[in-house]
Amino acid sequence: MAARKTTKKPNVSAEELKTYYREMLLIRRFEEKAGQLYGMGLIGGFCHLYIGQEAVVVGLEAAAKEGDKRITSYRDHGHMLACGMEPGGVMAELTGRIGGLSKGKGGSMHMFSKEKHFYGGHGIVAAQVPLGAGLAFADKYKENGGVTFTYFGDGAANQGQVYETFNMAAIWSLPVVFVIENNQYAMGTSQARSTSTKDIYHRGEAFGIPGEIVDGMDVLAVKAAGEKAVAHCRAGKGPYILEIKTYRYRGHSMSDPAKYRTREEVQKVREQSDPIEHVRELLLTGKHATEDDLKAIDKEIKEIVNQAAEFSKESPEPSVEELWTDIYA
Amino acid sequence: MATEILMPALSPTMEEGTLAKWLVKEGDTVSSGDIMAEIETDKATMEFEAVDEGIVGKILIEEGTEGVKVNTPIAILVEEGEDASALPEAAPAAAAEAEAAPAAVEAPAPAASSAPAAPKVDLSPDWPADAEMAQQTVREALRDAMAEEMRSDADVYLMGEEVAEYQGAYKVSQGLLDEFGSKRVIDTPITEHGFAGIAVGSAFGGLKPIVEFMTFNFAMQAIDQIINSAAKTLYMSGGQMGCPIVFRGPNGAAARVAAQHSQDYAAWYMQIPGLKVVMPYSAADAKGLLKSAIRDPNPVVFLENEILYGRSSDVPQVDDLTIPLGKARIWREGSDVTIVSFGIGMQYALEAADKLAEEGINAEVLDLRTLRPMDTGAIINSVMKTNRLVTVEEGWPQGSVGSYISSVVMQEAFDYLDAPVINCTGKDVPMPYAANLEKLALITTDEVIAAVKQVTYR
Repeated sequence: MAARKTTKKPNVSAEELKTYYREMLLIRRFEEKAGQLYGMGLIGGFCHLYIGQEAVVVGLEAAAKEGDKRITSYRDHGHMLACGMEPGGVMAELTGRIGGLSKGKGGSMHMFSKEKHFYGGHGIVAAQVPLGAGLAFADKYKENGGVTFTYFGDGAANQGQVYETFNMAAIWSLPVVFVIENNQYAMGTSQARSTSTKDIYHRGEAFGIPGEIVDGMDVLAVKAAGEKAVAHCRAGKGPYILEIKTYRYRGHSMSDPAKYRTREEVQKVREQSDPIEHVRELLLTGKHATEDDLKAIDKEIKEIVNQAAEFSKESPEPSVEELWTDIYA
Repeated sequence: MATEILMPALSPTMEEGTLAKWLVKEGDTVSSGDIMAEIETDKATMEFEAVDEGIVGKILIEEGTEGVKVNTPIAILVEEGEDASALPEAAPAAAAEAEAAPAAVEAPAPAASSAPAAPKVDLSPDWPADAEMAQQTVREALRDAMAEEMRSDADVYLMGEEVAEYQGAYKVSQGLLDEFGSKRVIDTPITEHGFAGIAVGSAFGGLKPIVEFMTFNFAMQAIDQIINSAAKTLYMSGGQMGCPIVFRGPNGAAARVAAQHSQDYAAWYMQIPGLKVVMPYSAADAKGLLKSAIRDPNPVVFLENEILYGRSSDVPQVDDLTIPLGKARIWREGSDVTIVSFGIGMQYALEAADKLAEEGINAEVLDLRTLRPMDTGAIINSVMKTNRLVTVEEGWPQGSVGSYISSVVMQEAFDYLDAPVINCTGKDVPMPYAANLEKLALITTDEVIAAVKQVTYR
C-alpha cells in the first residue's frame, strides 16, 4: 500500500466526516474487542478480523440507498456494523449466545439480517459471488431498482464460479457491484504468487464489465467510486467492478502467525495509510473538530463496544431445543 | 485503573502455550495494536498485540515459561501516574475471570430398544376416489405441474440449460417459453455451479426458482451451492432466511451412456438436513409432488428419471393436484413381505410382486416417493404386518437408501423381523458402456424375486 496521495481539501461536510470517523472507529474497536474475547476463550473456532479495511465498507455504505443489498464472505463483522446491525447482536453471535443474530447457530462467518438487507456471511470462498448476482437477479425480476454489493477478496477472485457469475451478470445486465476487497493476501499467499494479473478488475473486461481501482484506505475515494458504480447499475447498464486496494493488519484468522509478510510492511501501512487516521487528520486540519470532540467520539464508541461485549457475555447459550429448530421452514 | 493482561487463546484448539519472548518491558508505554509478546501455540509462534493503551506496570510471567494456561494473567497494564508496585500481587484465583464455556449438554439417552407401538401413518387417499383419470406421460405431468404453479405465482421461474428455446433437453419444459416468456423461462450458459448459485441467491431475494439440471450428474458441479448455501442457510441464520427452490432433472441410469452419466444421487442428497428429496415413479405423483415442491418454503431436490419420462399412467383430472412431501404410497397390499422402493426401482418392485403372486407369495409394495423427510412410519407399519423386508434401488450398496432403512427398521421394529433385511441395489461398479455389462450392473426383477424368496425362506 503506497502512501496516500489523494488527501487534498475534500469537498465534504464536517458531519459526514465525523460519521465516517465514528463508523470506522466502531469497526476497529469492535474487532479489537472480538480479538480480546477470542483470547479469553469466549469466542471459538474461526474469527477473521477486519482491522485495516474499515474504509471499504464505510465508504460503500455511504453510496448505498435504502433497500440495496449486500453479501460478503467470512470476514464479515465490518459489513454488518456498517449497515447498521446491532453490535451486541453481532458480538453475541461470536460468543455463540441466544442473543446473537443467528441465535448462536451461525457464528462469526454466518450471520444475516433481512431487515438490513445483509445476506451473509458465507464461509465457502467465492460462494457468495453467484449468490450476490442472484440477489441482483431478484431485484431486476421485481423491477425494484435495487443494487447488490457483492464483496469478495483477492483470494476468491481465483475461483471459477466468479467468472461463471461475471458472464451471466453481463449477459443478463444484473444490477450488481462486484467489490473486490484486495487486501493482497489470500490467507498466506500473496497476490503475486497466486494471481496472473496485477489488477484483478481487468478480468472483467473479458466479459465486457467495466471497473476500476480504488484506494481502499481513503473512505472518500471509496464513496466516490461507489456512487459511480451504483449509478451505472441503477441506469440498467449491468454490473460494475470495484477493485479496492486495502490491507488487513491482523492475520488471516486468529491463529495465523502471519510469517508471510514482514512486520515492517504492516507497520508501514499503519503509519502511512491508516484509513481512520486519515479522516482524523481531515477533521483536525480542516478545523471540523477539536481533539476534545474526537476524544468524546472515542469514548462513546468504547462505551458501545463495551456494552456489546457485556451483552455477549451475559446473553445465555441457546436452549437445548434450539439444536432442532430452523432446519425446515 | 490497572488491567490484567491474560494469556490469550490464539487458535481454536489452544489450551496452554509458551511465553516465548517479551517485546516490551516494565515501564514501556503501549497502545492498541502494539506487539507485546511472542507466544508459541500448539500450531505456531504468534505475535500478541495490546488491546488497550497504558503502561506495562508489571510482567508476571517470565519469558521462556512453558505451559502457561490460557487466561493466566501474564502482565499488568497501568494508567499514567499509577504505581504498579502498589498493586497487590496477582492472586492466582483472579485467573479464572473468563467464564469457562458451560459444560456440554449430555447426549440424550438412546431410544428405547423395545418394540414400539405401531406408528401413526397417513393413509388418506391423495385424490378423491371419483376423480376422472386420464393417461399422461411423466414428462407431460411435470410440465403441467410447472405451468400451473407459474400461472398461480409470478415469483416462480424456470432456469437451466436449454429449457427455453430448445424446449428442454428432454422436452420437459416444452411450451413454457411460449406461455411465460423469456423473463421467466431462462436459458443459461453451461455453467452449473454459477447458475445454481444465482438461483439460490434469487431465492434469498424473494423469488421461487425451479432449476433444471440437464442431468443430476452435472449438478455435482453445483453441489456446494445446493448443500452449503441452499440447505444450511435457514439454520445458520437462526430461522431468518429460507431458500424456497426446486432443483430438478433426470437422475440415475438412462441407457448406454456409461459411468459419468449414470449415477443415482438419492442417497447423497437424502443425507442432508435442510433439504427435502423427492423421487417419484408415476405420472400422478410426479405432478402432485412437483407442485408441492414448488410451493414448499424449503430447498427440494426433485430426482426424475429419463427412462420414466415417456411412460404413461393415470393422472387424476382435478383442479389442483398436490401430494404432500413425506408421504409414502402403498401400491399393492400384501401380507408375506414388504418391498420398499422409489423412483424407477418401483418398476422392479412391482414386476417382482406380480410374478411372486403367481407363486403364492403376497408382497406389499411401498413407494416412498419422498426420501427426506422419509415416511419411515409407513415402512415400520408394513413390516409389523409382514415381518420381512426387501429394499430396491438403482444406486450403489454402500451408504445406500436401503442401508438407512435397514438401520431404522432394526432400531424400531427389530422384534418384528423374521429374517434379515435385504437391500437390492445396483452393483458396486461404475456404470459400464457395453450392453451386456450394463444389464449386469443394474438391479433386475429376478434379483428382487430371489431376495424375497430368501427372506421368506422359500
